[in-house]
Amino acid sequence: MATIKEIEAQIIEEFSIFDNWMDKYQYIIDLGKSLPVIEESAKKDENLIKGCQSRVWLNCKEEEGLLYFSADSDAIITKGIISLLIRVYNGQSPKDILDSDLSFIESIGLKENLSPTRANGLLSMIKQIKYYALAYAEKEEK
Amino acid sequence: MEGVKNIISEVRSHFPALETSMNGRRLVYLDNAATTQKSREVLEFISGAMVNKNANVHRSMYALSDLATEAYEAAREKVRSFINAPERENIIFTSGTTASINLVASSFCQAFLKEGDAVLIEADSHHSNIVPWQLAAQRVGAFIKVLPIDGSGNLCTNLAESLLTPEVKIVALTQVSNVLGVENTIAEIIKIAHKKGIPVLVDGAQGVVHSEVDVQKMDCDFYAFSAHKIYGATGVGILYGKRDWLEKMPPYMGGGDMVETVTYQKTTYAPLPLKFEAGTPNFTGAASLLPALETAEYLRRGEVGDALKKEERAIVSFMMEKLSQIPDIEIYGTPENLEKKHPIFSFNVKGVNAGDMAQILDKMGVAVRSGLMCAEPLINSFGATSALRASFAPYNTLEEADYFVQCLQRALQMLK
Repeated sequence: MATIKEIEAQIIEEFSIFDNWMDKYQYIIDLGKSLPVIEESAKKDENLIKGCQSRVWLNCKEEEGLLYFSADSDAIITKGIISLLIRVYNGQSPKDILDSDLSFIESIGLKENLSPTRANGLLSMIKQIKYYALAYAEKEEK
Repeated sequence: MEGVKNIISEVRSHFPALETSMNGRRLVYLDNAATTQKSREVLEFISGAMVNKNANVHRSMYALSDLATEAYEAAREKVRSFINAPERENIIFTSGTTASINLVASSFCQAFLKEGDAVLIEADSHHSNIVPWQLAAQRVGAFIKVLPIDGSGNLCTNLAESLLTPEVKIVALTQVSNVLGVENTIAEIIKIAHKKGIPVLVDGAQGVVHSEVDVQKMDCDFYAFSAHKIYGATGVGILYGKRDWLEKMPPYMGGGDMVETVTYQKTTYAPLPLKFEAGTPNFTGAASLLPALETAEYLRRGEVGDALKKEERAIVSFMMEKLSQIPDIEIYGTPENLEKKHPIFSFNVKGVNAGDMAQILDKMGVAVRSGLMCAEPLINSFGATSALRASFAPYNTLEEADYFVQCLQRALQMLK
């Protein structure tokens, strides 16, 4: 299993081929379209992260000490970025998730999407992923 | 035709922001319902006043403070004449439309709203003309009534008579909705309300930008608007109020220069308008209303005014025609008579998120608003959780409208 750092490096490598924003965004949009849809049962209010611009649903499962996420958004660009986040975080341990800093988003030129003023739910979603990791890390310690 | 083009490029040269770029493209700024760009005259005034007129107003016995006070009061006089208020005492400086409405909701309702009473608001209000009334109503156990809009975004004026029951103690209207851009038929409602002795506040945040306002002719009891939406500084608002009401209302906030005499137990208040201007006001920002409203007059009077009005009408026809040709689009605010439509266009395209459209447009240099636009109940009433809005100012052009539509079509190609 690749580490968070290794997957981030892969993504940066993949994005390096784009020399204009339009191709890059088209790629993210396509990622968004191909993200497996979260099961309807998980699209409940307690999994909803509400922003002014778009809504994000995030669900987390634990299997043998590793975390697996599924998510959805009503905004396709947000969903594309979510699919990258899920690719990085899926199958990682709570501790590794807590220690990560996700510099790849800046490296591939999508930093503005994490700006709090965009209110698109992404920032809250990353926070929520870390809360899940924290909760499972504490559970393991007990 | 050439003449109109020359006038428009001359007008645009007054707004330095229009010559800047965004994401490497020439900026096409279409978020004017949120805030307008500032004219060179306003910018030069502000930087000059920060150097040559910077002393606290209404307080001191030295020449610099006199200069500051003169500039502040000159702006008040300019506002008075701009909206044709009878006296300077009618004009209160606040921090914005929101603060102006909160002032009335708080002070008026403290004196005149009792348990079981009601406030009538509009379905197309933005949050600033909803929440202050809810807060005021909650304090005394009053309730909110809502004047609905029809499917095209027209206010149901015909229901005003039956909704204006004896419990209603004040009506809060919106001249032009920040989402729909439709000129509301408020004159009729004001007439009906006054026949029943009910005062009316008009939120003019959008309305004051696109049409001449005469508060005496309109006969509203209160009129609120923001400086920053009409080329002035941020953090400055105006509340016009009829003298009778302002005299009867208790002060909103205490402190600073709003007093006559103060002892530790009791205070008598300064006469209008200072009674409602507690603390040091944003005096430089307020003073900048003088050049800001001169800019507004330059844009709406004479040859320039005629040319820009023509361009605005052309933009409205063009946008309504081009937008309605986009498959699966739902446009909000579609009055049959386009004369009633201000150049504010909100819409959704089925299956496409408004925020996604805005992000792609941003990359092409087009600044538009997406989201709830501080009007969640209205957006939700369309069955939507967000919308896209392009809002034009008098300095925007038909060419920009055309560029917007082209960019929108490309964005939709990418997103669909």
